[in-house]
Amino acid sequence: MRLRSATECKALTAKLSAENLTLIRGERCLFEGLGFALESGGLLLLEGRNGCGKTSLMRAIAGMLSLETGEIFWNDVPVLRQRQTFHGSLVWLAHRTGLKGDLNMLENLQFERALRRQSECDLESVYERLGIERLKKLPLRALSAGQQRRVALARMLLADVPLWLMDEPFTNLDREGRTLVMKLVEEHLGAGGLCVMAAHQDVDINAPLTRIRMQ
Amino acid sequence: MNDLDEQQPGILSGLWATARRDLLLAWKRPGDVLNPLFFFAMVCTLFPLAVGPSAEQLEFSGPGVLWVAALLATLLSLNSLFLGDFEDGSLDQLLVSPQPLPVLALGKTLAHWLTSGLPLVLVSPILAITYSMPWSVVPIMMLTLMLGTISLSLLGSIGAALTVGLHRGTALLSLLILPLAMPVLLLGANTVSLAAGNDIYTTGIWALGAYAIASLSLAPYATAAALRISNE
Repeated sequence: MRLRSATECKALTAKLSAENLTLIRGERCLFEGLGFALESGGLLLLEGRNGCGKTSLMRAIAGMLSLETGEIFWNDVPVLRQRQTFHGSLVWLAHRTGLKGDLNMLENLQFERALRRQSECDLESVYERLGIERLKKLPLRALSAGQQRRVALARMLLADVPLWLMDEPFTNLDREGRTLVMKLVEEHLGAGGLCVMAAHQDVDINAPLTRIRMQ
Repeated sequence: MNDLDEQQPGILSGLWATARRDLLLAWKRPGDVLNPLFFFAMVCTLFPLAVGPSAEQLEFSGPGVLWVAALLATLLSLNSLFLGDFEDGSLDQLLVSPQPLPVLALGKTLAHWLTSGLPLVLVSPILAITYSMPWSVVPIMMLTLMLGTISLSLLGSIGAALTVGLHRGTALLSLLILPLAMPVLLLGANTVSLAAGNDIYTTGIWALGAYAIASLSLAPYATAAALRISNE
């Protein structure tokens, strides 16, 4: 099954790069002089112990933290100069899902549809693949943490964007779910997408891999 | 890249979607909406009991009491404007959405006004009766309250955005907003008093309208900037 036909041609040229990033939070320097370049089809894996700044780096990439030095580029243009274009090209699976517990799955996903360009794939097949097709009408707070994460994954899959930012995507997921996430990422990268992932587990994804080991 | 931008949902869809989502949330949790309204109604009904039933005195103090109660009720409801979104991570999602943040903030503020300001306006005639306010003054009072609560919601959204990352930011929020809200209170209460005394009151209405329009055009940008700062 192919989910992302629309992205394919547009994502082919996409490139995310960063130069000389330094981030200081409080009195602590989280990283200094950090740089990377990620092309279409590539996976950037952020590794390191708890509290070493993986999420902060992810937030900095998303343009939510101001950096001490350095700049992040999307297609060789600084992100800060094209914030809307850049944000229209990414979707962020954060640690907190960002879904409303009082609303059901369809209402949550419908909100997302108004904000971001959606891919033209078959909704039902996406729900089925993630195993959430029976949960549509339940308020999200009635779902288990793993099921909520699957809904967040659905939001990610339905957005028609080249760049996926995934902060600990395997949290709360069962073994089957973890395999599914890896497979989805692999397909996304195969179609010319990009992915930045912070993870503790070993990932088994067949794609050009860049690792950043954070101190 | 340009054709990619064009396929994004339009600005209005972001505005309506945020407003619609917040209204839906308010519908599913009516307690949060009713709290400020109860507060407003309670202050306005308890006051006459405390100061005594003299009609003259009540008529004199009515506009002031109604307006102070409306201001405090609005302040009470502002704290939760961005708090829920902050806690469940959806504020982060709004910050990385391709829609302009001021528009999304405006959508949230619109929903806030519809669920907190508008109910106050609609309930106020019933409470005005307890202060033996003349019927001819009631529509004027409703108009001032309407313009005033629009300003208060908009100005309050700046304070709510600035204090969203702080624990127990309510007191700070009130301190931040009160100086900006003071002109609204003075204009609103005095306009109603003037109308009740058969004086010329239209200037007050115009001034309140101007204040609301100024807030409408500036507050969303300030709120968006404040949200970015407090989410760093």
